[in-house]
Amino acid sequence: MNIEVLWLQNNLGWIVQLTLSHLYLSVIPILIGLAISLPLGWLAHRFHGFLPVVVAGSSLLYTIPSLAFFVLMPVLIGTKILDPVNVVIALTVYTVALLVRTVADGLDSVPEDAVQAATGMGYNAFQRLVHVQLPVAVPVIGAGLRVAVVSNVSIVAIAVLVGIPQLGSLFLSGLQLRQFLPVVLGIVLCALIALLLDGIIQVSIRRLTPWATRDGAAS
Amino acid sequence: MNYLSWLFDPANWTGVSGVPAQILAHMAYSLLSLAIAMAIALPLGIYIGVTGRGTMVIAGIANTLRALPSLGVLILAVMLVSLIFTNDLAYEIPAVLVLVMLGIPPILTNTYAGIQATDPLAVDAARGMGYTPEQILWHVQVPCALPLVLSGIRSALLQIISTATIAAVVSLGGLGRFIIDGGATSNYPEMIGGAIVVAAVALVVELLLVGLTVLVVSPGLRRASQRARRRPVEPTTATIAIDLTP
Repeated sequence: MNIEVLWLQNNLGWIVQLTLSHLYLSVIPILIGLAISLPLGWLAHRFHGFLPVVVAGSSLLYTIPSLAFFVLMPVLIGTKILDPVNVVIALTVYTVALLVRTVADGLDSVPEDAVQAATGMGYNAFQRLVHVQLPVAVPVIGAGLRVAVVSNVSIVAIAVLVGIPQLGSLFLSGLQLRQFLPVVLGIVLCALIALLLDGIIQVSIRRLTPWATRDGAAS
Repeated sequence: MNYLSWLFDPANWTGVSGVPAQILAHMAYSLLSLAIAMAIALPLGIYIGVTGRGTMVIAGIANTLRALPSLGVLILAVMLVSLIFTNDLAYEIPAVLVLVMLGIPPILTNTYAGIQATDPLAVDAARGMGYTPEQILWHVQVPCALPLVLSGIRSALLQIISTATIAAVVSLGGLGRFIIDGGATSNYPEMIGGAIVVAAVALVVELLLVGLTVLVVSPGLRRASQRARRRPVEPTTATIAIDLTP
């Protein structure tokens, strides 16, 4: 028992640092991924011939196991093996693979009447997209974003196997020290980060869709 | 270009720790875990789909499981089980358990979602033709749910194959060995060569399963699902669960 308290005291700063890098490595790919998926998803929505290509391409990219992807990244883009950029880019690719289709589905879900009403009110294509289609598509896109964020938090931990420090480091050090505390603490902190980010997205969805009913379904 | 010479070195393709042997071990662990996951998730999914009982509970559990880091759960399970076993079972049992745990949610959610999403007109027509509830289940609802069920099985298998790779860190055999052992000895060609083999195996499995889906799904359903694509999508956990293969 005492050993564990001591371990916690000695490593508090390190644990905080790991938590922050974990947060950073999970969030950055989501932001970049969303920024890339919006225009790509719009293309897939606008030109439906492009959709099967997007669906097939993203499901193939999603197939590549994350550990293999982290290891292959330096070969593909010429970075160093210990560069955190490898993890950020690999996770961005996963995020885009998941979100492009969600964005296309979200834009497809916008009722035709709403789009026509906007056209009737003199909105041009861009205004229609920003002021009508995207806001109405928020619940669908947000649902995809929630899945992406939660799975990213879990995948980031795997990056410790290619030497990138984050909460996954706690798992390895627990395994090596044969101590349960670091492992359990790592799992709990990962789950808390996932819940926190998921919660932030849920609140944002509700803020962005004030017309939705209380139980969450947009009417 | 070192990793190419690792990949094409005949010495790495023979023996008990060669590439073919590790592909075999990897697939053996993965398929065993998938079979157990299917044995649990398919009957349960059909039961939930037909009765509509417990969907909220299952969706909640599936989401909670998703929030847990698989690497951490794997290591924790190995540490717990190694208190009881001291031989190879100390990592084989927990590894398979974790792989089964990851495989169940996609199959379960897609199965009950597929059963529930069966076109009510088709069910009514079958009832009108005098089908018993059991016949409706096996001859209408299950075939209609098949595309979704297969895509759930595909997600599950790919997630299992992916996680079996990281199980090399707790000494499980399989393709992760090359990445972990290569990393431990700073042998980058071995790491990269191993990663290429893992990615190739995953891609081949994905393509085989896509091909299988085309073969077994009724052609009538394929046209129906294309029509359904243009219908608005509701953001439920069921529709999101379909595409999950991290």
